[in-house]
Amino acid sequence: MPSIQSFPLGAFVVAATFLGDRPVFALGDGKVGIVDGAAAETFGVHQGGLLAAARDEAGKRLVTSGDDGRVMAIDATGSLTALAERPKKWIDQLAVGPNGTIAFAGGREAVVLLEGGKERVLPHERTVAGLAFAPKGLRLAVARYNGVSLWWPGTDAKPTEFEWKGSHIGVTWSPDGRFVVTSMQENALHGWRTSDGGGHMRMSGYPGKVKTLSWSTRGRFLATSGAEMAVLWPFHFKEGPMGKQPLQLGLSAQSVVTQVACHPSEEVVAIGYKDGSIIAARFADGDEARLRKVEGGPISALAWDTAGIRLAFGTEDGTAGIVDLAG
Amino acid sequence: MTEASQNAEIQVPVTVLTGYLGAGKTTLLNRILSENHGKRYAVVVNEFGEIGIDNDLIVESDEEIYEMNNGCVCCTVRGDLIRVVEGLMKRPGQFDGILVETTGLANPAPVAQTFFMDEDVRAKSRLDAVVTVADALNLLKRLDDAPEAEEQIAFADVVLLNKIDLVTAEQLAAVERRIREINPHATIHRTERSAVDLDKVLDRGAFDLERILSLDPEFLEADEHDHDHDHDHHHHDHDHDHDHDHHHHDHDHHHHHPRHDNAVFSISLKGGTLDPQKFFPWIQEVTQVEGPNILRLKGILAMDRDPDRYVLQGVHMIIEGTHQRPWRDDEKRESRLVFIGRKLNEEAIRKSFEACLVKAA
Repeated sequence: MPSIQSFPLGAFVVAATFLGDRPVFALGDGKVGIVDGAAAETFGVHQGGLLAAARDEAGKRLVTSGDDGRVMAIDATGSLTALAERPKKWIDQLAVGPNGTIAFAGGREAVVLLEGGKERVLPHERTVAGLAFAPKGLRLAVARYNGVSLWWPGTDAKPTEFEWKGSHIGVTWSPDGRFVVTSMQENALHGWRTSDGGGHMRMSGYPGKVKTLSWSTRGRFLATSGAEMAVLWPFHFKEGPMGKQPLQLGLSAQSVVTQVACHPSEEVVAIGYKDGSIIAARFADGDEARLRKVEGGPISALAWDTAGIRLAFGTEDGTAGIVDLAG
Repeated sequence: MTEASQNAEIQVPVTVLTGYLGAGKTTLLNRILSENHGKRYAVVVNEFGEIGIDNDLIVESDEEIYEMNNGCVCCTVRGDLIRVVEGLMKRPGQFDGILVETTGLANPAPVAQTFFMDEDVRAKSRLDAVVTVADALNLLKRLDDAPEAEEQIAFADVVLLNKIDLVTAEQLAAVERRIREINPHATIHRTERSAVDLDKVLDRGAFDLERILSLDPEFLEADEHDHDHDHDHHHHDHDHDHDHDHHHHDHDHHHHHPRHDNAVFSISLKGGTLDPQKFFPWIQEVTQVEGPNILRLKGILAMDRDPDRYVLQGVHMIIEGTHQRPWRDDEKRESRLVFIGRKLNEEAIRKSFEACLVKAA
């Protein structure tokens, strides 16, 4: 039986992750909580609120940004490094790419921190609403009004622009780099073929906004929140998910899915709901295992450890915890 | 139509501060930020510029007007506001309300619509009041040459008629009359240097809505008369007549100010109890067809065989209704509905509204 360890951290959990084997929680009050054994210690990171957090690929540190205009990094021991500052800006977008390259945005400029402390500023006509690095090579996708801009921030090249009318509020690359997918204000996803910006994929039918996107192992499915169940679009076909039915897992009669996190190695997805419950569901047969009962506020963060044994979660009302599948 | 969120989530009140350039908005904002009223406001400004106070709850935000991708031109929202509210909601309890300052040239519709259209903003916050700061000396001119100035008055729940020390009593009366023509239900406060008790501006809640019911019916009838007057002017040559008309009537205290074709005016409807089977399809249709012309609509309605007061609010094509509270025994069960907009066919709307009333047996 899975066991649950919970910590009342007292602030909206913006992100959950693991640094090494330590569960780490980024909190809306500007602090970061790090769990060591049976205790959680919190560290003050931002002067005001913490708006975004992203872990580097190596799992060594968590990068955070806040409404104090700062971009910070914290490691598993709680040691802090200031990475960048934009006074008076609310830095609400953040992405960490290959080799630990960091991009952030608060307004119409995206900034990439290059090696040697150089900053590359990427201007946009409208507010940057989402950032994602490509899985390989130093390429950055920026979600914006009416589409997405693809930059090579290591060069002076102009961006490649993929247009689609409407407000794009989040972006992700498929793990093979073939597709770029955005979430939209109007409760839908839009996808493009990276090679030529064609192959428009429209994935709609969500009753709410899609706030979390998670790729399953080997990038076969893109799991999404925003409906009464987790909706998983199949990307293992040559042309992506068009004309195919998505998998629908963990249908809830009385709640909606707020977070999804695909297992790192199995075709299993952890699903967090507005009612505070969490389940894990298997792609093959839809079998479900309940990991947390209905309790407290909406699930606002979910993340697996590298081994896929422990699942860190957080809620809007300030509870963080770890589900250990090994019991 | 959607029911307002019924769950127990606390909705943070949002005050939208509008006003044409130079009207005194920044002065008011600085007063709100510096006065010791025991409340903390998160403030969204378009420019730090003259804001004298610096704290982490003030954010500078570029006004980002987004059209929804559904083919409806009047479904626009403030994208930046959605993100700011989302960010603020990650630190609940640290502030008591949100203030949004719009630029002087802004039409308030997108900001107001954001509080109806975006699911997250709707769930976590509520539009408390639109407060418009107007310059008593220059408002009449602005209303003639700037549609935004007119829209700002039309959207107002509260008008701060500022700089009254710069005008005569007659001028002041003329300005107030003109405001009443556009928006008969706004609360007007006369001020100098934006000096007003802040509780008249902040956290108004349902109080302003109550005014719809409490207004003197005779006043409304006088207002209706005014609209007939307006129709006489419809076929005048617009550009040519414009200035002359205004000039001519400025000193005429017995006539209301004549309006150009595109002028904003209001329609106040009242009646007894409504048949919901007729009313809801009707209001859907009116807002679908006339949506682009409707700036705001508000109502307190008595539905047949419903113990609750039904409160309706809308911007353009978006309407939202909620069961507010049970009717009290000492209250007269009647329905009042106000449209503020342009080019509305008052007679058609009035007749079709009346057809929704439950006929006395």
